[in-house]
Amino acid sequence: MGPLGALLLRDMRLSLRVGGGALMGVLFFLIVVTMIPFALGPDLALLQRIGPAILWLGALLASLLALDRLFAADHEDGSLDLILMGRTPLELAVLAKALAHWITTGLPLVVATPVLGLFLNLDLTAVGAVALTLAVGTPALTLIGLIGAALAVVLRRGGLLLPVLVLPLTIPVLIFGVSASNAAIVGPVPFGTPFLVLCALTLMSLVVGPLAAAAALRQGLD
Amino acid sequence: MPLIDLANPTRFLALTQRLLPGLAVATALAFAAGLYLAWFVAPDDYQQGATVKIMFVHVPAAWLGMGIWALMSLSALGTLVWRHPLADVAAKTAAPIGAALTFVCLVTGALWGRPMWGTYWVWDARLTSVLVLFLMYLGVLALWRTVEDPARAGRAAAILTLVGAVNLPIIKFSVDWWNTLHQPASVLRLDGPALHSSIMTPLLVMALAFALLFVTLHVSAMRNEIMRRRVRTLRLMQAGAA
Repeated sequence: MGPLGALLLRDMRLSLRVGGGALMGVLFFLIVVTMIPFALGPDLALLQRIGPAILWLGALLASLLALDRLFAADHEDGSLDLILMGRTPLELAVLAKALAHWITTGLPLVVATPVLGLFLNLDLTAVGAVALTLAVGTPALTLIGLIGAALAVVLRRGGLLLPVLVLPLTIPVLIFGVSASNAAIVGPVPFGTPFLVLCALTLMSLVVGPLAAAAALRQGLD
Repeated sequence: MPLIDLANPTRFLALTQRLLPGLAVATALAFAAGLYLAWFVAPDDYQQGATVKIMFVHVPAAWLGMGIWALMSLSALGTLVWRHPLADVAAKTAAPIGAALTFVCLVTGALWGRPMWGTYWVWDARLTSVLVLFLMYLGVLALWRTVEDPARAGRAAAILTLVGAVNLPIIKFSVDWWNTLHQPASVLRLDGPALHSSIMTPLLVMALAFALLFVTLHVSAMRNEIMRRRVRTLRLMQAGAA
């Protein structure tokens, strides 16, 4: 097992054990989705119409929740310095950390979506569409958030700053995620058009996210 | 004069001290000419009446709001690639001006929209893009205010600015896809401007005036920032000696 695999496993173990935030995101997601009918009223027709938007917003907010710990814990105990000085390219190390973060916080959101879809009166197609778009879109959220997490750790007190920096950058993902879900449910645009753009956004953030995050760490922690 | 000579803050201060009065006078003259043209020469629109004149403030503010982010991106490259000592000073001082001009663009747009569209705000693509640009300016400002050490904050802000520069066109495209109601661009088009010269000339003069205003404010703000940093260094030295 190479250093990247070791880093991936270590991060996943850390987030699953005591003090890690793996399931906190799903819990938050569940609570946000539960709160919304209290604000809107228990109108099932309305909830069905805006269901995909609610699920996407909930997932977006939930994926922000644990982001500020992504590098902060490693910075506090010094392992981030080791990663920085190691021979593994920092971009790849950062990508491995992002992957571990997505597996422990993003993937559970996708798995929880069908259950929450039932609460919002979504039918099978709609639930499938939302789950599929979230499966493709949440990696982009994590990778964009990676930049914010790196900046936050460089700035030392980035906890509050992080959502302010990250959320505007996630607007395209939100737009195409919700559009693709709605396209699958009511049309008139074919599902493929916005969905492929969503895939493109994820692929692009796969390049930009690790590069920018590694640059921020190198510039800030030297 | 090559850009590298300006890297010396003392030389920059000396040069700009000579340039600033001229810039200020040029700004005042350009505004005098632009406002005269806008008020007395440009005709009222046959549908919009006098409200069309809001455009002479709105459009230059929008252009500059976008242009200043581009300038900040160039400065960010200067910070990260060449470690130009004035690049992060330029980026830092441009951000509040850019935010202010973007805000002016939003407010004048709302004031124009009220009589024309019957509402201050619509969630139309171009308005929304400008709002997102404004939010990103506020994010950069927030970042600058988080860290005391200017060099450290400068490098973080540079990365955020570049990420923003990559993302802004994508956000623009997404928001366009999401909704569109605003009139399409009418000045920069392949088949020539769709505006009559009686509107076009005052608009361009006003754009020049706003650009000069920006340069004047930016150069003065950079001078202030350089001096602020000197004061900071002196204080740190004083505290270290005590």
